[in-house]
Amino acid sequence: MTKKKLTQNPLFLPLVCVVLVLAVNVVYDIAQGNAFYDFFRITMQASASGEQLLSGRLVTILNRGSEVAILAIGMTLVVSASAGTDISVGSVMSLCASFCCMLGAGFGVSAVNDPSEFAMPLIVGLIGALVMGCVCGAFNGALVAYLNIQPMVATLILWSAARAIGLLLCNNLIVYVRVPQYQVFGGYIGFMPTPIIIAAICIVVVSLVLKHTAMGMYIQSVGINKKASRIAGLNSKRIIFMCYLLCGLCAGIAGIVNSSRISSADANNIGLNMELDAILAVALGGNSLGGGKFNLAGSIIGAYTIQAITTTMYNLGVSSAVAPVFKAVVVIVIVVIQAPPVKAWVRKHAASRSTGKEAAHA
Amino acid sequence: MENNVVLTMRGISMTFPGVKALDNVDFTLRRGEIHALMGENGAGKSTLIKCLTGINDFEAGEIHVDGVEGAVKNHSTQDAQNVGISTVYQEVNLCPNLSVAENLYIGREPMTPLRTIDRKTMIKKADELVKRLDIKVDVTQNLENYSLAIQQMIAIARASDMDCKVLILDEPTSSLDDSEVEKLFKVMNQLKSEGVGIIFVTHFLEQVYAVCDRITVLRNGTLVGEYPIADLPRVKLVAAMMGKDFDDLASIKPEGFEDRHDAPMQIEARGLSHRGTIKPFDLDIHKGEVIGLTGLLGSGRSELARSIYGADKAHTGTLKVGGQEARINQPLDAMNLGMGLLPDDRKAEGIIGDLSVRENIILALQAKRGMFKQLSRAKQEEIADRYIDLLQIKTATRETPIKQLSGGNQQKAILARWLATDPDFLILDEPTRGIDIGTKTEIQKLIIQLSQEGKSIMFISSEIEEMLRTCNRMAVLRDGAKVGELDGELTQERVMAAIAGGADND
Ligand SMILES: Nc1ncnc2c1ncn2[C@@H]1O[C@H](COP(=O)(O)OP(=O)(O)OP(=O)(O)O)[C@@H](O)[C@H]1O
Ligand SMILES: [Mg+2]
Repeated sequence: MTKKKLTQNPLFLPLVCVVLVLAVNVVYDIAQGNAFYDFFRITMQASASGEQLLSGRLVTILNRGSEVAILAIGMTLVVSASAGTDISVGSVMSLCASFCCMLGAGFGVSAVNDPSEFAMPLIVGLIGALVMGCVCGAFNGALVAYLNIQPMVATLILWSAARAIGLLLCNNLIVYVRVPQYQVFGGYIGFMPTPIIIAAICIVVVSLVLKHTAMGMYIQSVGINKKASRIAGLNSKRIIFMCYLLCGLCAGIAGIVNSSRISSADANNIGLNMELDAILAVALGGNSLGGGKFNLAGSIIGAYTIQAITTTMYNLGVSSAVAPVFKAVVVIVIVVIQAPPVKAWVRKHAASRSTGKEAAHA
Repeated sequence: MENNVVLTMRGISMTFPGVKALDNVDFTLRRGEIHALMGENGAGKSTLIKCLTGINDFEAGEIHVDGVEGAVKNHSTQDAQNVGISTVYQEVNLCPNLSVAENLYIGREPMTPLRTIDRKTMIKKADELVKRLDIKVDVTQNLENYSLAIQQMIAIARASDMDCKVLILDEPTSSLDDSEVEKLFKVMNQLKSEGVGIIFVTHFLEQVYAVCDRITVLRNGTLVGEYPIADLPRVKLVAAMMGKDFDDLASIKPEGFEDRHDAPMQIEARGLSHRGTIKPFDLDIHKGEVIGLTGLLGSGRSELARSIYGADKAHTGTLKVGGQEARINQPLDAMNLGMGLLPDDRKAEGIIGDLSVRENIILALQAKRGMFKQLSRAKQEEIADRYIDLLQIKTATRETPIKQLSGGNQQKAILARWLATDPDFLILDEPTRGIDIGTKTEIQKLIIQLSQEGKSIMFISSEIEEMLRTCNRMAVLRDGAKVGELDGELTQERVMAAIAGGADND
């Protein structure tokens, strides 16, 4: 009975996938003659400047996976409400990062090496980045919700434009902000990697909102049946708009984290192809890209699964040139496991086995 | 196989998680007969049909089809079609954004020698087909431009056009009016004379007696029996379905129900209209009144209701609700003024398929409260349980996705959604569609009870008897305009005459 319940849990498959990926690492460690728990070992290590920092491969995965996890939150809502994806998030990340650094450094300035060189207080840059994220989200949302443009097409605009606007804002330069106050967002607070903290806060806040308001039901309802939701008193358009707006905000946050990690606004590279990872995270989490019911926890697990695959690749010494091929193979396997016909087949066989057992008992 | 038998099903059993939907059911269909499959909501009628057409995978039993060696096990509707079984489901299952012709020939399009679709021939054949069945449509128009009833007729046309031995009609008439039902019966009799065996599922008892030769009754997933029509008069049929005696024709109107003229006004509409669907109309509705909207299909009944509710925003006119001037831009505005609308198209505008029965029931109430004032889980469960009990919604659990419920039970859940908002003015557009007669009477009683509590009800139904049983007053519509009202003693003759354009209107 409990077993049946477990396999019916929507998180069952996403979790199986993570475990699979982790298992590969364990097997590899054993083959290498390392302790089997090597992968899971979390230690304190002194940094170059002598601080004690949390480290270990698990920590790396959680740390590096933060951006995709944050993006996956927004993407999940967008997919659920509008049955479409926001492919602009990677570009919007880059735009927000550029905007943030540009505000801080001043237009045309290519580097800030000391807090005294800030053109504007850092906080203005940070808030500016978040506002910029919201503006981009609102733009996408307006196109999709009010003008009924296909999400893919609507977000294609910013997918191509946002990065370019970011470059313009930075006057075609890579703007460096080598200031601890900024670097902290991609670095450490105490021994804890800040991105992990930021991602955790985002996840917790959104989860709480979903739990304590009717937002989750509203979004799913609109995603499943827009017309019926409207008749039942939901403002379908506004709800779709709101999801895109939140998605933009998530992109803004992810942009700051990513740019702070590299202490710069590298408009050409920040968030590059990350929209694809975010979409993949949603899919890996067992969510239908056709909209409707969603499972946020699944998406988050999906996001870290992707990072785990990447980290595993490095771990196995796969060269970065061929890594995408391996990644693709793993993704194919995971997606196939979760495909409805395969699920149905598994369920049928599980059912026939259990009825067989019952018959044997009787 | 017996001589003129086209289909036998023996010992069919089928289980859904938590529900034994069919238990050892037999069914026999003969050539050239119309065979009614009857039973209450959730009795297993649709499930039995889906076992036949390959949508459901039944776990025990055998199916034999005339002309096919051995037991038949269909795995898709395509398989079913290949052995000569065509189906029209309870819910219209066509593509709204394709043309009528495309819908008629989808999957079996006439081809040119170059293996491309031969549009000309397709349109010509489609045109002939709809003409033969006397359906008035332009086959090049998109299906969504036509009413649900027309869409249903198209689905029937499609099914009957395929080379079939067995035609299954699962509640095809629930969205049709009398004249269209008449047309459908003509088609059915035509096919019957060609030797097709027809399985007919309906909750309209009169229709059963009008066209059927034989009745099979199911109750709670088990077979009650198979009867020639002559052996099973109406009362006995009702008893067989419900498992107890029940008089569905007894009067339910209390004494002195007719008069509500002195009650204060709930709704005063002046010159309200929606371009293209309903011409400007005036309408007063008193508190505690049940007003029926009557007219042929497409006469604008639903459209009138929708323009009041803001489902289609009115283009002209003014509306007073409870004496106050009101502006309604969207359904939520109307809900905040105490209105509710149960739409006629359950699948497209009613159910949120993947959400649970609980969520579907509390949805409107939650929407009215707003996103940030979430009903506590305990409260939600209490409300859901209350209505599941009150309307006897048959569901495995309250967390079952609503799409897994039988059609009639989905309808009850949507009705519950509106009752839960405690509206002052409730618009019910075909509320008893697909609902069995026991519950139908319960709903009619509920309408009267609500009106006794001072709530106003607008009631739209294609069944005149049903409206006669519940309404104080009727508004008559014709060709997208309100053409009159009927007051005082309401009789079938007066209503019929008014609909047809008689002199009775004032
Ligand atoms: N996909 C499904 N998953 C789970 N349960 C189902 C599913 N489809 C039907 N059921 C259950 O099977 C039972 C029989 O349903 P069915 O649709 O056959 O009823 P019906 O006789 O057609 O009723 P109605 O007159 O309301 O259409 C119901 O209790 C229903 O809840
Ligand atoms: Mg049914």
